[in-house]
Amino acid sequence: MSGPLKFRVKHLYKTLLHLGKDYPKGYEFFRSRLHASFLRHKDVEDPAEVEALIAKGEYVVKELEALYMLRKYRTLKKRYYDS
Amino acid sequence: MSGLRVIVGCKRVIDYAVKIRVKPDKTGVITDGVKHSMNPFDEIAVEEAVRMKEKKLASEVIAVSCGPIQCQETLRTAMAMGADKSIHVEVDAATYENLQPLHVAKILSKVAQEEKADIVFTGKQAIDDDCNQTGQMVAALLDWPQATFASKIEKANGELTVTREIDGGLETIKVQVPAVLTADLRLNEPRYATLPNIMKAKKKPMAKKKPADYGVDVGPRQSILKVEDPPVRQAGSKLDSVETLVTKLRDAGLVPS
Repeated sequence: MSGPLKFRVKHLYKTLLHLGKDYPKGYEFFRSRLHASFLRHKDVEDPAEVEALIAKGEYVVKELEALYMLRKYRTLKKRYYDS
Repeated sequence: MSGLRVIVGCKRVIDYAVKIRVKPDKTGVITDGVKHSMNPFDEIAVEEAVRMKEKKLASEVIAVSCGPIQCQETLRTAMAMGADKSIHVEVDAATYENLQPLHVAKILSKVAQEEKADIVFTGKQAIDDDCNQTGQMVAALLDWPQATFASKIEKANGELTVTREIDGGLETIKVQVPAVLTADLRLNEPRYATLPNIMKAKKKPMAKKKPADYGVDVGPRQSILKVEDPPVRQAGSKLDSVETLVTKLRDAGLVPS
């Protein structure tokens, strides 16, 4: 794996690390699991397979953003609104 | 009249997920070493301003924050979400403890005049002091119309049609710009400030000002007598029979005897 694909994987990892700072169970919990899951696929060389894994990672990014948004919305709703 | 200039007020508050602890001497809450973030209602205001810009209704979005040096992080977040530039009005930590909505409103109104803004946008309230005053005071100081608790904003023929959340329903009003708007929870879903955007935001301009630059006296108008925890909810108890329950309820006067 090299070139643009490698850059995208690194970018994905950095994005996920950044998102992990807000993770409810703490940054360290998130980081160790994130690191482990990237390490699990360290030997993947096939570009199509890497592509699929990046897509999976990007899906996780979207899910995390949605999780944080909902969590904030629900907390505020509970705090300030009756219904 | 395309190209409205929007000023957004962003307050740095203790993060919504943090458990608030009161200082032992009851003068305030513990803020040292506690995670802070942008007031969620201000985030909604920033998001709406940025969306107005994306729809070409607004030409420039300026984020403003009053407070200690750490407020610059909040402004960076606002710029990462899409604000064009920001103004940090630095107030030192000691003065900041007594900074009231009136002071912030005076600063915001002066900024609005200086920047020739058409809209001043804030969150409806901050989640730390829950004052819900700043937007209204800005409107009064500038003598502009106000549309508070906005849950929907549309622009038509040089007017803004704003749906407001009021007790038990919605109210739709029309306001002329310049106007003051405050955002309610259901106005939109704020975007997440992504890492590349935070990096890009570091290159966006941030002006550093002092309250004195705007001729605003930030001397305290109020003093905090004491800050206390809310009362703790009393624990319930298990009863072994219906009779005891009825007796208890009667004693408490909750059922007719």
